[in-house]
Amino acid sequence: MPVLWIVLIILALAVVGYIMGRQRALASAGGDSRKLHSLPSYYGSSVAIFTVVFSLLVLVCWLIIQPIVINNSVASTIPDTAIPEASSLGLVMSDVRRVANGLDLAVAGGAIPANEVSEISTEDTDLRGLLASVGVALGSDVSEPVLDAAQSYRNLSKTGNILMTVVVLAIAVGGFIFAFLRSHKDFRARNVVETSIRYLLILAASIAILTTIGIVLSLIFNTIDFFTLYPASDFFFGTTWSPSFGGGSQLGIIPLLWGTMYISIIALAVAVPIGLFAAVYLSEYASPKMRSFAKPLIEVLAGIPTIVYGLFALLTVGPLLLQVFGPNGTGWMGAASSVMTAGLVMGIMLIPFVSSLSDDIINAVPQAMRDGALGLGATKSETVKQVVLPAALPGIVGAILLAASRAIGETMIVVLGAGAAARLSLNPFEAMTTVTAKIVSQLTGDADFSSPEALVAFSLGMTLFVITLALNVLALYIVRKYREQYE
Amino acid sequence: MNMTEMPTTAQNVKNMPQNTKISARDVQVYYGENHAIKDVNVEIEDRTVTAFIGPSGCGKSTFLRCLNRMNDTIDVCRVEGTIALDGEDIYDKKVDPVQLRAKVGMVFQKPNPFPKSIYDNIAYGPRIHGLAKNKAELDEIVEKSLRRGAIWDEVKDRLQAPGTGLSGGQQQRLCIARAVATEPEVLLMDEPCSALDPIATDQVEDLIDELRNQYSVVIVTHSMQQAARVSQKTAFFHLGNLVEYGETDQIFTNPKDPRTESYISGRIG
Ligand SMILES: Nc1ncnc2c1ncn2[C@@H]1O[C@H](COP(=O)(O)OP(=O)(O)OP(=O)(O)O)[C@@H](O)[C@H]1O
Ligand SMILES: [Mg+2]
Repeated sequence: MPVLWIVLIILALAVVGYIMGRQRALASAGGDSRKLHSLPSYYGSSVAIFTVVFSLLVLVCWLIIQPIVINNSVASTIPDTAIPEASSLGLVMSDVRRVANGLDLAVAGGAIPANEVSEISTEDTDLRGLLASVGVALGSDVSEPVLDAAQSYRNLSKTGNILMTVVVLAIAVGGFIFAFLRSHKDFRARNVVETSIRYLLILAASIAILTTIGIVLSLIFNTIDFFTLYPASDFFFGTTWSPSFGGGSQLGIIPLLWGTMYISIIALAVAVPIGLFAAVYLSEYASPKMRSFAKPLIEVLAGIPTIVYGLFALLTVGPLLLQVFGPNGTGWMGAASSVMTAGLVMGIMLIPFVSSLSDDIINAVPQAMRDGALGLGATKSETVKQVVLPAALPGIVGAILLAASRAIGETMIVVLGAGAAARLSLNPFEAMTTVTAKIVSQLTGDADFSSPEALVAFSLGMTLFVITLALNVLALYIVRKYREQYE
Repeated sequence: MNMTEMPTTAQNVKNMPQNTKISARDVQVYYGENHAIKDVNVEIEDRTVTAFIGPSGCGKSTFLRCLNRMNDTIDVCRVEGTIALDGEDIYDKKVDPVQLRAKVGMVFQKPNPFPKSIYDNIAYGPRIHGLAKNKAELDEIVEKSLRRGAIWDEVKDRLQAPGTGLSGGQQQRLCIARAVATEPEVLLMDEPCSALDPIATDQVEDLIDELRNQYSVVIVTHSMQQAARVSQKTAFFHLGNLVEYGETDQIFTNPKDPRTESYISGRIG
């Protein structure tokens, strides 16, 4: 039975359970809901919860584990002789799965009668052609062992699916009956619902955490792979970045880190003062009417896709800077792509991050604080500078560091605005590139994922991750330090 | 409550100069549609303690805030009529509210220390007005103000600790000290003793009495005894109206308006 159907059946059962559980509880109290321990809807919910939660949990686990188990048991039946030279068990198994899948499709599409599919042999059927006709393309002709394996794969899957349907539905019905029988007026259904809500929240939180852990682990393993192929000291301390897929690459991260830092610093130098001043204007000086009009307008900036900013850098800001600082101007700039171009545009992109967050934080400073300063005869700007901003500082630092991690992670503007040359230079009008831009260029095209030139992308990503993490930790530290001082 | 037994300083009043410091004429205050202060006329005298009493929500704080234009910071608030300080209309276009507030200081109903050190809290006003020529003078001002706020002994060893770390009552005295530090001509105090124990209350009342030698003090209070103890003039507000204004003695012993009488004897509130 398809999974969708199983889920629908369980949900339908839950709805029925809700209604029946509710009624049973009410009936047990003689229709008087005041005699119940909990509101009637809690009894219904508890039946629905018992019906749905455990069965779906088992369903999900089953769906994850079954393919792994079947894969392993089928793989162990494939003889070594069936594995061609220059291939591996993994590749053969993927052929097996495609053949099995193709046979299923062929049966479903009517290309093979269902009762003949198990008697098919490689001798008297052109399996490759047959499967191609149902949309499954194979790299080579199907060999006898592969077909055998595919057949047993199909059989195991079929049995597995039937078993799964039975077990899952049995659990759903079991949960239903169990909870239904408990729906009695003294049963504490409200507490059951409360507990399950807690677990739901825990589940949501742990999904976020587990994903992070998963991402970090995959980065770490690939980074370790990379360091077995390329010395770590050359990576961290090398000042040249010149990958060549033919071999003999120099993969020093320093020029990339330098570019990242340089561009981010320029971007922050633009975004922080402008964003902060805009926030102060909006929260302290603007009339409510002005504020309700200007704030969304500034936030529109945050909604512009970064590729559009990239175009803006490439087509407008770059040529503009070139006119002033290029060969016809001061002569500092060779081409439109430069650190300055990307930094300025990125700074504009970050303005709403700084201003919007800071505005909220400044607004959260109690009015009593301002009254206190104004009541002593301070002017508005003295009040803002000496009382409001210091009080809001931890939050503002947080906003700035958030903008900094955005700047470090930004890619599109760099690709289009800063050029692609990895260079260590102090001149902000020269083209440079950043870590993220190089991750993209190392992984696009026909990258061979076992070469250091491709794997380096993971260690670049890992480095970025560590830097952003450090920034966040720093932000937390600063916030906590000021909080101790102020509250 | 037996009014006749209350200690008062009202006897001294008669010997003092009776010049007007603040004079309010036909003051109306609106919060949007809400008419919070209606037709208030009052003459607040120099070197005098004036008490504002009245039930909660009757507009005491609102009227107090008019006297140093703190209501300017509330968008929906609108003030009509004239209020003159030393004969000069404070709502005139020429008048700079910032300058005015330096002259007319305020202690707020809720203590609002800055998130700065105790020292910086007190030094804030003197610093922005340039009252101290050097660090030693500033130290002196800070110590004197903290002593006047009756909190010096408690904080003298931790002047660099954050002001927000003090207890509610200590914060209230810190705010009083902060307001006194700028040497205002008029001091507006909105329930300055609401969170204080009897000892600190006594000290603050001593301070108010001392301030009266140089300044005019307006104090909002919910304590009849306090009003009777510290003030020479009392104004009774009710539902936005100034019901009765006169010598404290007379208000407490012989109120003219029946509403005043029932309020001070505890029948409305
Ligand atoms: N910021 C404001 N916005 C709108 N209405 C306000 C505001 N402040 C006060 N009011 C209204 O003005 C009226 C008078 O309030 P006010 O704070 O002056 O009372 P009060 O006499 O000081 O009371 P309490 O003794 O409780 O402090 C109240 O009806 C109140 O709802
Ligand atoms: Mg009040």
